[in-house]
Amino acid sequence: MSRITADEVRELALLARLRLSDQEVAAMTDNLGAILEYVDALRALDTTSVEPMTHAVPFDCPTREDEVKPSLEPDEALANAPRRDGSFFQVPRIVPGPGADGEGGGS
Amino acid sequence: MIAIDARGATAVAIADGVRAGKLRARDVAEQYLDRIARLDGALGCYLLIDAEGARRRADAVDAAYKAGRDPGALAGVPLGVKDIFCTRGVETTCASKILRGFVPPYESTVTARLAGAGAVMLGKLNMDEFAMGSSNENSAFKPVKNPWSHAHVPGGSSGGSAAAIAASLCAGAIGTDTGGSIRQPAALCGVVGMKPTYGRVSRYGVIAFASSLDHPGPFGRTVEDAAALLEAMAGADPHDSTSIPAPIGAYRAAARAGGDGPEPLKGMRLGVPDEYFQPGMDAEVEAAVRGALDELARAGAQIVKVSLPNTKYAIATYYLICTAEASSNLARYDGVRFGYRAPDARSLEEMYTKTRGEGFGTEPKRRIMLGTYVLRAGYYEAYYGKALRARRKIADDFQAAFAGCDAIVTPTSPIPAFKFGEKTSDPLQMYLADVLTVGPDLAGIPALSQSCGFTKAGLPIGLQTIAPALGEEICFRVAGAYEARTKWHERLPPETAS
Repeated sequence: MSRITADEVRELALLARLRLSDQEVAAMTDNLGAILEYVDALRALDTTSVEPMTHAVPFDCPTREDEVKPSLEPDEALANAPRRDGSFFQVPRIVPGPGADGEGGGS
Repeated sequence: MIAIDARGATAVAIADGVRAGKLRARDVAEQYLDRIARLDGALGCYLLIDAEGARRRADAVDAAYKAGRDPGALAGVPLGVKDIFCTRGVETTCASKILRGFVPPYESTVTARLAGAGAVMLGKLNMDEFAMGSSNENSAFKPVKNPWSHAHVPGGSSGGSAAAIAASLCAGAIGTDTGGSIRQPAALCGVVGMKPTYGRVSRYGVIAFASSLDHPGPFGRTVEDAAALLEAMAGADPHDSTSIPAPIGAYRAAARAGGDGPEPLKGMRLGVPDEYFQPGMDAEVEAAVRGALDELARAGAQIVKVSLPNTKYAIATYYLICTAEASSNLARYDGVRFGYRAPDARSLEEMYTKTRGEGFGTEPKRRIMLGTYVLRAGYYEAYYGKALRARRKIADDFQAAFAGCDAIVTPTSPIPAFKFGEKTSDPLQMYLADVLTVGPDLAGIPALSQSCGFTKAGLPIGLQTIAPALGEEICFRVAGAYEARTKWHERLPPETAS
């Protein structure tokens, strides 16, 4: 029995916002199953009373003065936008309404 | 003016020549650009060649020298940059379709510092997509060939960086190492690759894969070349709160000190862990590394046994942590602000899923999925939490070992370069290629790979030196001593015009 089913893979893909083909779902189910089986070896390691290590070196989060400094101009920040409208990133309509189809409006 | 033969030239020889007025940075740049034009078609190291920018940068170095200004410690050094470093005004793709056409509006700290030291960037180097891979076969655009044998992979993910140094298509290169991505390709291509301490080099402007594990670092033909690059790259950065404020070491001096006198390593204890010599290791790799240990003993080092008992858990620990972090980091590729957007989506939801489904290659998808799985409510503690605890135990192993030695010496990769397609059908087999390199990433400690021989088939073999946190100078000293007593680094791969 695999560690993960095709239905679980489809659910994960939805959570991760990834559209996968049926072929990809099948391959992913096999691959993830094998990888999850491999990482199960970790269960044999006793980690009682071991503190999780979230940072590679001892680390105190440094703080800085809250000062206004120059940053990107709006045109620079928007230069890579797949679609823009003035100084806005443009995306398909989020709220349903009249003419909700496609990326209409603006451009 | 003297000319320089770019084939086999070292970065420090070029910088010395330019700084002394014996070489023109522009002439050097032209020679490398000419080599790239003639030779890279067959190798695929470069994703982008910025000839015009390189000429402009070289001319600026020459102008600085002429005006009597210091042209920098790396004056005129032709530099290859892994396409994971953001370069202002120069396309940066991370070898992914999802970032095709992305032109960063800002410069990474590392590339800015190298440019400030006079290095001349020639272009952007190929890699595994989002630095995920150990063979460079995951590049969305083209594979990189190993210069020693075009049927073999160069390693990954910084395969373009290692191959470009080996083939003299740049004199210095930079890459990133998350699970071995600098050291493993350095080993497979027979060059020097150095992963410094976590935080020693700023990650600002380095496209994130697994933030607690990503280490930028240098590649060079020689130990001193890598040391010279690291001196220019390292140091605290106000743009990266995880960068370390400690002063930068004298890395070049440490590399050179390794060549001083008959016993430059006298008084030094080098630890050898049995766990890094396991069944499955290639016999020629083991023989070469054992031979290198003998050479280090002749250089005055005392070879001692150490133990890293949790090594067998390193790959599982690594893949749980790196995929969890990757799934979060790669959430930003949603088609809204930059990069690819699926053209025909009718809703926001559809735009996200189609953009990501079409833009990402198989390996990033696999890691996003695994990371999403291990971070899910209900699984988080069993997988991710467990891995963070295992990471501590693996790091503690190194700390305990360093109580009995100054550095640890191991093979870099249990096998030499493998053939294209050999491991692509089984991702787990590909992950196991990193078995000897992930430990120092998890522990955040410095490690260097250099060439210590060749197989009978002519493929390079890598030797790894691992030191305690901020012990970069120890790595350079040991590696410098080995290099001074051997000639492996002088061998050059055959050349095939494309």
